[in-house]
Amino acid sequence: MKKLNGSTKKLISSIAVIVVLYIVMSTMQATGNLSSLMSGLLVPVCAYALVAIGLNLCVGYLGELSLGHAGFMCVGAFTSAFFSKTFQNEIPDVPRFILALIIGTFFAALFGFLIAIPVLRLSGDYLAIVTLAFGEIIKNVINVLYVGRDANGFHFSLKDMMSLNMDFDGVVLVNGAQGITGTPRQSTFTISVLLLILALIVTHNFVNSRTGRAVKAIRDNQIAAETVGLPITKYKLTAFTISAAIAGVGGVLYAHNINSLTATTNNFGYNMSIMILVYVVLGGIGNFSGSVVATVVLTMLPEMLRGLSTYRMLIYSIVLIGLMLFNWAPGILKFREEHGLTTKQLLDKFKKKKEVQ
Amino acid sequence: MGFLTYLINGLSLGSVYALIALGYTMVYGIAKMLNFAHGDVIMLGAYLVFMCMSSAGMPAVVSIVIAIACCTAIGIIIEKIAYKPLRRATNLAVLITAIGVSYFLQNMALMIFGSNPVSFTSVVSWPGLSLAGGQLKITGNAIVTIITCLIVMFGLMWFVKNTKPGQAMRAVSEDKDAATLMGINVNATISLTFAIGSGLAAIAGALLCSSYPSLNPYTGSMPGIKAFTAAVFGGIGSIPGALIGGLLLGIIEILAKAYISSQLADAIVFAVLIIVLLVKPTGILGKQIKEKV
Amino acid sequence: MKKKFLSVSLCAALAASLFVGCGSGGGAATSTETVETSGELTWRIGGIGPITGGAAQYGQGVMNAIQIAVDEINEAGGINGYKISYNFQDDEADSQKSVNAYNTLKDWGMQILEGTVTSGACAAVSAETYNDRIFQLTPSASSTSVTEGHDNTFQICFSDPNQGTVSADYIADNGLGTKIGIIYDSSDPYSSGVYQNFAKEAANVGLEIVATEAFTSDNKTDFSTQLQKCKAAGADLLFLPFYYQEGSVVLKQAHDMAYEPIMFGVDGFDGLLGVKDFDVSLAEGVYLLTPFAADATDDATKNFVSKYEEQFGGTPNQFAADAYDGVYILKEALEATGLTPEASNEEICEALIEAIQNVNYDGLTGEAMTWNEKGEVSKSPKAVIIENGGYVSVE
Repeated sequence: MKKLNGSTKKLISSIAVIVVLYIVMSTMQATGNLSSLMSGLLVPVCAYALVAIGLNLCVGYLGELSLGHAGFMCVGAFTSAFFSKTFQNEIPDVPRFILALIIGTFFAALFGFLIAIPVLRLSGDYLAIVTLAFGEIIKNVINVLYVGRDANGFHFSLKDMMSLNMDFDGVVLVNGAQGITGTPRQSTFTISVLLLILALIVTHNFVNSRTGRAVKAIRDNQIAAETVGLPITKYKLTAFTISAAIAGVGGVLYAHNINSLTATTNNFGYNMSIMILVYVVLGGIGNFSGSVVATVVLTMLPEMLRGLSTYRMLIYSIVLIGLMLFNWAPGILKFREEHGLTTKQLLDKFKKKKEVQ
Repeated sequence: MGFLTYLINGLSLGSVYALIALGYTMVYGIAKMLNFAHGDVIMLGAYLVFMCMSSAGMPAVVSIVIAIACCTAIGIIIEKIAYKPLRRATNLAVLITAIGVSYFLQNMALMIFGSNPVSFTSVVSWPGLSLAGGQLKITGNAIVTIITCLIVMFGLMWFVKNTKPGQAMRAVSEDKDAATLMGINVNATISLTFAIGSGLAAIAGALLCSSYPSLNPYTGSMPGIKAFTAAVFGGIGSIPGALIGGLLLGIIEILAKAYISSQLADAIVFAVLIIVLLVKPTGILGKQIKEKV
Repeated sequence: MKKKFLSVSLCAALAASLFVGCGSGGGAATSTETVETSGELTWRIGGIGPITGGAAQYGQGVMNAIQIAVDEINEAGGINGYKISYNFQDDEADSQKSVNAYNTLKDWGMQILEGTVTSGACAAVSAETYNDRIFQLTPSASSTSVTEGHDNTFQICFSDPNQGTVSADYIADNGLGTKIGIIYDSSDPYSSGVYQNFAKEAANVGLEIVATEAFTSDNKTDFSTQLQKCKAAGADLLFLPFYYQEGSVVLKQAHDMAYEPIMFGVDGFDGLLGVKDFDVSLAEGVYLLTPFAADATDDATKNFVSKYEEQFGGTPNQFAADAYDGVYILKEALEATGLTPEASNEEICEALIEAIQNVNYDGLTGEAMTWNEKGEVSKSPKAVIIENGGYVSVE
């Protein structure tokens, strides 16, 4: 019971920090003190953080490495953007966005569920490669998907625009590699932060629920969990589906914040999946608030380094390697402990100072 | 005749994947880590060969030897700085560091060699065989790549089986702690594995760019991912598995393009991969490890 | 327990980084900035494009070329008596990063944007400039989604429909081929855009397309199968709407398999002859649409090419030439408006929208270029053929 309280406390403090940051950022934005770069980054950072939370549920609690979460993000983004664009003039803004959010999340969850059925039979790197494969399939199919709409209804094609055979007044909604252009921009910072907090609460409740404890038991020892009669597949499926759904929410936010939605290797391919994994590992495996923090830091970092021009990504990679070694290398951790440089020790010092003051 | 041509194209593409996959699988089998930077070492190897041949005018064989030496050194340095400190940390941490190294190598190459692609002159000057009255052509590159692949595969198998360092590698891959108790220097063994893997990357780089002659700082990343897929396909950690996985992946890719749809070739290749893994969850030649309670 | 503190302390780090960001976002000089901004009033022109990542070669060309033009103009006294400050930001050819780059430039005080380089990213940014009323001139983003519905966005390159249509007409008019094979990049907006417009027009002018094959950005090392299929279908002309990097591989592999149809590339093929160590004999007889030839003998081109080679190394491609022209086009339009940098972004934007439609500019990439209200340039794509390692105009 005590431990549970600890984690609930932690959740509350994380939410408090987010709310404070939200208030600070919103005030700065309202008073015009926030740079355009920062205000432009608010929504995407929340979107990435959501995907990172989703992936962390998979990596940290299910114990399975997924390299396909950008794929779920992609599904969420494209289905919701497609919906919003199609009914742009037919449904009022607010209900449409809520519906889009539901649709995006639902389809990401559905794909997560369908993919999980075969995938969770595998383990380790084989599972990782299969999720990567699914992510790539999703990206490839979206790149050759053409959807149009005219008086006769919807037209689909996996070949090109011409084979849609539309009337002259037809509108192309999804234009293959050119993706979806002109999605209404409805993701606001407020909505993003609310969804982020919601995701933190959902994941927190999930990992502390009966199902969540079962998932942890399966992660720690599948055979033991099996022998006490836990329905392994059911629990694993639940966790993976939730994980995909949260990534889908991130996708919805992302899609409704940008005019031109395309599926490339960098935003929905394995590169993105790997990037999200970096956030998760650096933030602490199984630590949801940590994922949020790591996402913020690592998304900001390359933007902060813009002044370095072409050296930017080079320095970024060096910082990334450095951070990994600093946080994970046993030798360095030992050194930090001996010299009072661990995060905990530093934080204690900081607290003491405050008390003195 | 069409089918045979596609098959040959598939074999030559597959042999390149196989050569890269051998490096992947070697490192994975012993160090139990996915070296995402492998593809980028390949790119460096290709650039080194290019520099030696084009700028310094050296013969192909000498260039490759120089590239192998340099890549081996680079591999050892990367391992010492970025991977060795994380030896006792979780596998995921090493994976992320490898990604960092991959970014580093790409951007380093971008600084040094620039962003403009260069056209790689083949290291193989032999035009190849022409069969069936010129209707069936096998390029010299393809033949050399396939032969190199076989030599490397048998070489590695022999090395791992019959030499002292090779036996040490197998011991380390089975159980690091037990190997340490037996007096094996685990760190040195893993470093050696990286050295060999990186040396192989230089050869792979030269042959990859001979067959597909456009070289830029990002040339290595996609073949790297494909080869990783191939290694998993064949059963990661298994040396002959990498060869089989690579060849099959190449052939499937070409046949999918040829007979189903070139637009959806990527999706089809990955779909086949998924199906194979569902039937054989540890790849074609992977070892089924039974978990004990 | 450690993790808890880790996260909290990282939160602190985050807060710190945010404030650092606010500070540096305000207008810090970057390494690409040309003129010191200490007090002096200047035109602030921003550029966006990929200078890292797989498309870096295109962005770097644009970045360097704008630099050359800006230096020249500043040396000659600037525009309306004011010098230009120039700041170029990396977007890795990604839409979201492009918007980030745009916001960075906005914080810097950008008044006019020359960018972005790639179509997908440009479509995302042009929606932003449209809302913010900042004038945008893109050197190379050819998709119609860039200009559609955005009155403030203009193109220097030919648009996708333009290229596709002109190519099909040219092939039909000159009877270059009867059976057309197409290979295109299905994951690239530019390539699939040109392809679709070509295929549409081909149907109108009665060209028979016998094979349509695709590749993706993840699968662009091997073209042997696509070529084999075109060969088997009996294509005597290959339409290749993609970039020269893949183009060089296609030519090599076609040569290896002894397949020698007429190769017809579009403007992305320009740069082919500049690929280091490329066997130019392979490109013999290749048709392409280019407004620019680095080996042209007119003074303007010679001046630009020699400056580029001297300062940055390598031969400039058409992206660079378009970008170089872009700065001078902006100069001419700005001079017509008679504005000074004191004007607000919106004033500049509205004035330039008017002014650019009256500009008639002779540049490296075309003569008598004019613009319509849709943002398209009037220059018509010209077909050239590669002969003896150089471009020869065929008209």
